[in-house]
Amino acid sequence: MRVRTLAVALLAGGLALTACGKEGTPGDTGTAPSQQVASDVKVDGSATFEKMTKRGKVIVGVKEDQPGLGYKDPTTNKYTGFDIEISKLVAAKLGFAEDKVEFKSIPSAGREQALINGDVDYYVGTYTINDKRKQQVAFAGPYFTAGQDLLVKKDDNSITGPETLKGKKVCSVTGSTPIQKVKTDGLTEAGNIVELQTYSQCVTQLLEGAIDAVTTDDAILKGYAAQTPDKLKVVGKTFSNEPYGIGLPKDDKALRDKVNDILDAAIKGGDWLSVYDATLGKSGSPADKPVIDRY
Amino acid sequence: MDVLLDNLDLYGPGFLSTIWLFLISAAASLVLGVILAMLRVAPVPVMRAIGATYVTLVRNTPLTLVFFFFAFAFPLLEIVTSNTFGSASGYYFFAALMALILYTSAFVCEVVRSGINTVPVGQAEASRALGLTFGQMLASVVLPQATRAVVPPMMSTMIALLKNSTIAAGFSVFQAGSISLYLSERGESQMIGLLWVALFFILLVIPMSLLQRSLEKRWSIAR
Repeated sequence: MRVRTLAVALLAGGLALTACGKEGTPGDTGTAPSQQVASDVKVDGSATFEKMTKRGKVIVGVKEDQPGLGYKDPTTNKYTGFDIEISKLVAAKLGFAEDKVEFKSIPSAGREQALINGDVDYYVGTYTINDKRKQQVAFAGPYFTAGQDLLVKKDDNSITGPETLKGKKVCSVTGSTPIQKVKTDGLTEAGNIVELQTYSQCVTQLLEGAIDAVTTDDAILKGYAAQTPDKLKVVGKTFSNEPYGIGLPKDDKALRDKVNDILDAAIKGGDWLSVYDATLGKSGSPADKPVIDRY
Repeated sequence: MDVLLDNLDLYGPGFLSTIWLFLISAAASLVLGVILAMLRVAPVPVMRAIGATYVTLVRNTPLTLVFFFFAFAFPLLEIVTSNTFGSASGYYFFAALMALILYTSAFVCEVVRSGINTVPVGQAEASRALGLTFGQMLASVVLPQATRAVVPPMMSTMIALLKNSTIAAGFSVFQAGSISLYLSERGESQMIGLLWVALFFILLVIPMSLLQRSLEKRWSIAR
């Protein structure tokens, strides 16, 4: 019996590592409305915009492992999710049609450097705006406001919020902001903190019962809960404020103002809502419209 | 300098943990590696087969996969789980040690075996003529001579082990490999943060290189 479990685990592990096998369609992020491509866009004094125009396409940094937000289907190589649609919307309003947008998967740890090096023109991927980061990159937005939350098993009623984590094993990605918060606030004992490479690994461990809760921004957790709604649930008690912004090269104020205008128009018009409804809205949680913060 | 001073809470414990991982797995893999090498030169065919199979299997598996096995699959066998250590982090530290020891010992075994091959066959035959058993021959004739030849490649293996230990960052062991991930979330410059990490690794490797040099000097013989 044990040997069989092991064999299954090894097989699953192998499949996960080689990224084959079907990961379940992540909350089938339906087709978001296509955006009207603007023409004759001018962003005076923006080096980044000049570079895009010369190149004839936009290179956007995104996440590839967050269902519902930024997810790359390993079989079709198609990117889907709320962040992806927002980045397409921005590209369209800058004058670049969908086929002129190239996505580049950049993990959290590489975001600033990718923008500093100019590897990507802008970055859309659960990028929380904070002052420390503003010293290295610029932010347009926020285009969404998330908060740290907990993902637990559906039948687990012992975890109702951050104050009930004592004695529970809590998992997140190595060094991520949410796990640093759990550490510094002492929400659980040091021995119960589990840090793995991806959220998917944490979720797998949760389903196996090796850990009790996964913690990160609710937007990300909702994506996983939508994948297996009969086994997992999001506690729904946020204990932090995470405004997501679009990362831009630090000194490109012209482009930042332009992207802020684009987002502002989308939020006040209907575009933002229709993108949300086609992606994250499928989890059943209502949309909270953010307010653009120009600094 | 600020990046280092503002984040001493990462660098201190991080490198301490790396040093612990290294010391324990270095000692254990040296012992296990020598035992494996003995198996591979044993006069009994079954023993040779066991040694050869182990080395072939483990040496050709990426270290990340070995880590993956001990972190996620091994607990399912319920031989050793987090309950054994009373905490999740205790188990993950054990898992990292197991992965590093088993992986490195395959390399140590091959280094030792190549050292054994530098000892002329006549030495082994002479010791057998004197009536020494296989164990005595290895312990008092062959291995002491083999040791001299393996100092440089053994040190390379150990330095590789030191750097390999950073893979544990993705498997819930906080050490030097985790520092850069923490820094990026804190909004510090990764470039500078990683340069400090690299510098500390150099500082850790220097004594190892010095040790290698002194051992080579001490054991150098006229051939």
